[in-house]
Amino acid sequence: MTFLAEKLDYLQFPFVRYALIVGVLIALCSSLLGVTLVLKRFSFIGDGLSHVAFGAMAIAAILKFTNDMPVVLLITVISAILLLRTGQNAKIKGDAALAMISVGSLAIGYLLMNIFAKSANLSGDVCTTLFGSTSILTLSKAEVLVCAILSIAVVIVFILFYNKIFAVTFDENFARATGIKAGAYNLIIAVIIAVIIVLAMNLVGSLLISALVIFPALSAMRVFKTFRSVTICSAVFSVICALLGILISVITGTPVGSTIVAADIVAFALFTLAGKIMRGKRT
Amino acid sequence: MALLTCRDLSLGYDGKEIAGNLNFEVNAGDYLCIVGENGSGKSTLMKTILGLNSPLSGSITTGDGLKQTEIGYLPQQTDVQRDFPASVWEIVLSGCQNSQGLRPFYNKNEKAAAKANMEKMELTALSGRCYRELSGGQQQRVLLARALCATKKLLLLDEPVSGLDPKVTAEMYDIIKSLNENDGITVIMISHDIGAALQYANKVLHIGKEIFFGSVDEYTHTRDTFAHTEGGGVK
Repeated sequence: MTFLAEKLDYLQFPFVRYALIVGVLIALCSSLLGVTLVLKRFSFIGDGLSHVAFGAMAIAAILKFTNDMPVVLLITVISAILLLRTGQNAKIKGDAALAMISVGSLAIGYLLMNIFAKSANLSGDVCTTLFGSTSILTLSKAEVLVCAILSIAVVIVFILFYNKIFAVTFDENFARATGIKAGAYNLIIAVIIAVIIVLAMNLVGSLLISALVIFPALSAMRVFKTFRSVTICSAVFSVICALLGILISVITGTPVGSTIVAADIVAFALFTLAGKIMRGKRT
Repeated sequence: MALLTCRDLSLGYDGKEIAGNLNFEVNAGDYLCIVGENGSGKSTLMKTILGLNSPLSGSITTGDGLKQTEIGYLPQQTDVQRDFPASVWEIVLSGCQNSQGLRPFYNKNEKAAAKANMEKMELTALSGRCYRELSGGQQQRVLLARALCATKKLLLLDEPVSGLDPKVTAEMYDIIKSLNENDGITVIMISHDIGAALQYANKVLHIGKEIFFGSVDEYTHTRDTFAHTEGGGVK
């Protein structure tokens, strides 16, 4: 007990509290759209867009912007719109387009960093962007505020458009036939996901973002049967895993992003098992 | 005035015509069956009527106070839906979207309409069940209840019995017939099953190399000529 109490002392440090707040908010947001993205066969959009964000960061770094957030956000949002807009009737199908943009911007980003970088520790920089940095533990009050505002905006938009998002995800043609502007809602989904990804880059880095999007949704779908319960469960799942991951990483000194994802994987295994047992009982 | 009028309609994608020169009208209370071979443009026609595709040329006009967004649509199932985690209630309720506009949540009237349509389709007991765990016939009834939430006048059914066993198929046809006769809902149905079309419908639209539009009786008379010119395509 004394050991635990000692470790809980960490919470007195503002940087730990900031990290927890930001981590929870990002985990919450990323899980909300997970269900929609998984069902629309866009599981990898997190990956693709985060590579775009990586490329954008490289460009911002070369142009020596002091604050790269707006540039990165803008480029990522545009890519998200282009990707999701093509949707069902595209000439290059969703997964192929995603793979193209994803590897393309990864390559260009790394190339540009190599050509123009002044930093001596290039591979270190790249590694940080890909796997998440310790920067989640060095957040300033202003950054926490920006993150909180964006997250709350995402949650509000999601709740307001929940029924429309459901209709568009379940049956886009029916939704369009009954007068829902499916294009507009796909656009909203694209913008939200882009915002989440730029936010989440700090937390888990661009290689692991997909984990935050997919694991909660897939786990919840093992156990729950309605769209609402799946959505709520994946939000709770994601927040708890993020909390556990951050606390464990602070205590044991492991990398934040990978620890959160590891927590997600363990929880996913538990949910799969639970789903199997429940199904077994019924038959 | 006719509920739906199509004039010199030409259908297709990217400027490539699939079916052309379609002229027909649907009056209130009609039961129109659209038949034709695979690839003859049946589904494209339906999507064009719903406003999902735009016609290459010609026009579709709605009358009798019917708005294009007030058509109930029963689509063919997609892969996404087969493993979609949603309850029967959630899906039926989503049919009420067209009355909703930008209002974010459903109101009492919409919930009552969804309940009534579930009752009509005998789904009330399944309300909380997961869609992907239902049988094929139950799933079709769920989608039909959703379509009924979207319309009081016109139903468009795209192969409503595909993949169902004979018993459930007959039940499905009975339900559709009852909606047409007892609830006064106009029905437009795409079907491979010409036998059923002739049994239940009062009008037939045949698209393909030869285009035919008229009553079932007229269609029966001209069938042999079709069979001849299309190499026995119509069975």
